[in-house]
Amino acid sequence: MAISAQTDADAAAEAPTPGLITRLARGNIELWANLLVITWAIVFMAWQGTGFAITIGTVFAIWAILAVSLNLVVGFTGLLSVGHVGFFGIGAYTMAVLTSNASYEAARTDAIPTYGWPFFAALPVAVVLAGVVAVVVGVAFNRFRDDIFVLVSFGFAIIAFNTFLNLREITRGAFGIHEIEKPAIGGWVIDGELEFLLFSLALLALVVLVSWLVVSSSFGRVLTAIREDEEAIAVFGYRVTHYKLAIWVISAMMAGLAGGLFASWTSFIDPNSFILLESMLLVSIVILGGLATIWGSLLGAMAFVLMEEGMRFLPFIPPEYVGQARQIVLGVLLVLLMLFRPQGLVGKYRL
Amino acid sequence: MEPSEQPTNGPLLRLTDIAVHYGAVIALNGVSLDVQRGEVVALMGPNGAGKSTVLKAIMGLAPVVTGEVHWRGDRLSAATHEIVQEGIAFVPQGRRVFTHLSIAENLEMGCLYLDDDAEQARRLEAVMELFPVLYPKRRDPASAMSGGQQQMLALGRGLMADPDLLLLDEPTLGLAPIIVTEVFEKVAEISERLRTTIMVVEHNIKGVLDIADRAYVLDKGNIAHEGTPQSVRDSTILTDVFLGRANPGQASED
Ligand SMILES: Nc1ncnc2c1ncn2[C@@H]1O[C@H](COP(=O)(O)OP(=O)(O)O)[C@@H](O)[C@H]1O
Ligand SMILES: [Mg+2]
Repeated sequence: MAISAQTDADAAAEAPTPGLITRLARGNIELWANLLVITWAIVFMAWQGTGFAITIGTVFAIWAILAVSLNLVVGFTGLLSVGHVGFFGIGAYTMAVLTSNASYEAARTDAIPTYGWPFFAALPVAVVLAGVVAVVVGVAFNRFRDDIFVLVSFGFAIIAFNTFLNLREITRGAFGIHEIEKPAIGGWVIDGELEFLLFSLALLALVVLVSWLVVSSSFGRVLTAIREDEEAIAVFGYRVTHYKLAIWVISAMMAGLAGGLFASWTSFIDPNSFILLESMLLVSIVILGGLATIWGSLLGAMAFVLMEEGMRFLPFIPPEYVGQARQIVLGVLLVLLMLFRPQGLVGKYRL
Repeated sequence: MEPSEQPTNGPLLRLTDIAVHYGAVIALNGVSLDVQRGEVVALMGPNGAGKSTVLKAIMGLAPVVTGEVHWRGDRLSAATHEIVQEGIAFVPQGRRVFTHLSIAENLEMGCLYLDDDAEQARRLEAVMELFPVLYPKRRDPASAMSGGQQQMLALGRGLMADPDLLLLDEPTLGLAPIIVTEVFEKVAEISERLRTTIMVVEHNIKGVLDIADRAYVLDKGNIAHEGTPQSVRDSTILTDVFLGRANPGQASED
């Protein structure tokens, strides 16, 4: 897989510049995409009420952290990873195992070990552990070749899921882990819905800030060059693999952060939250929003969450089919998008 | 200067019996050549002769199976990042500028191993001075430039590393005749003003022989001729190799 807007320098130089109308229309699609999603969000939330808006906002924050971080890898280096859910799961399980409630566990027959850590002690461990696993996966498959990378990341997602499912002494397998801690600062526990939303948005803001710093640094410029022409950048002595490994690890750490946040928010996790399909949806969000644009990933995550939640209210879809329906709708949407707007809602690059 | 450390009489770069195989394809079949300090060396030959492969082999970018590359008398590393640090820069065929980066950013890509911001700014200025066409567009994306300007950018990006040896692969390919002349003038200027040693692969025989001090003709992975530009003009070697009449493996001496 190669991502490029114009790889051929000659073609770029000699292609006629598009006419004014085309340019305006293109700009307008971006504008319309922005307006549509934002209006939709506001109307939907106002219509459904505050409680619903708060839930949607929190779900959005978690998906957005995942999308922004995955875009660093997919958008900025051209590596299509479907393994992101694995790092998300590692973060979530680290949070769950380290913070789950001892007295609750003691009352169960199938108790797993508890550590009783506070949220803010477990979160850095979740982030670092996701990073360490990313280093191991990255070094083991250190070639980071485009074509085999999809398979490598696919394999990783499967292995991660099976580990969550089968490492029963620690994860309690399919039964999952309950009573996961909420964040607490001093004596103040962030357990209100609104407080948790604000906390999640703060973490999202942090991830956006870090991502922005990364992509606008000289390191980010090298990544841009790698995406465009990996061979050409190697000529100047850049060790492309090191750069790819670095962004892969940064991205995985952010997914670990999202996982820790998610586990604490739902206070219960089981392996079903970390199936390969979630990764596929995530890749779709990134493509939907646009490659190599942070704003696009935020927009894509918002559009996805609105669509997913919105489908619950469609009268002709029975509740038990909502899950399947969202996949079908997203699939159709993605096909349409690839046909008519391959660069995504606000992106510049194509897959 | 210690003679043992810096042998002034030896060649700057020496290739001994370099063979490169791409699977079953033998791209180079035992190539030996020298580049002296300060020279402009032309490397010519038909398509597929292995010219680009010679440059890539020097840069550690081709699968060398036998032979050695010596730099200032010592064996050269095979790792590109170390070769770059030794002072060799490569401007690949097809320019390969980064169209999503600005011109200034493209140039900055050329000096990875430079930590000194002031020095980088100085080099940027020097390159802009050598290629005045780049200066007014320095904040524009490289995609907004013409082919000729992109070639100037590619040359400038190679110079940002302040190399002792500059390897140029087909710098005039696909350019309008007037631009071709300009590129050759720039290459000659780099050689004269910056005293950079240059090895240039070219299909434009007349142009490159006018600026070269010495020339090699490559045919089917072998050196078919080595000598002065005049020796190439006088000999039938070029028509022979381009028409497939040469007898590879027999290098004729000047
Ligand atoms: N990456 C590669 N894989 C396989 N064969 C290659 C590769 N690069 C070059 N070759 C082959 O090696 C030979 C020499 O190529 P090259 O050095 O590019 O020739 P030139 O630059 O003189 O036109 C050709 O037969 C070419 O097909
Ligand atoms: Mg070539």
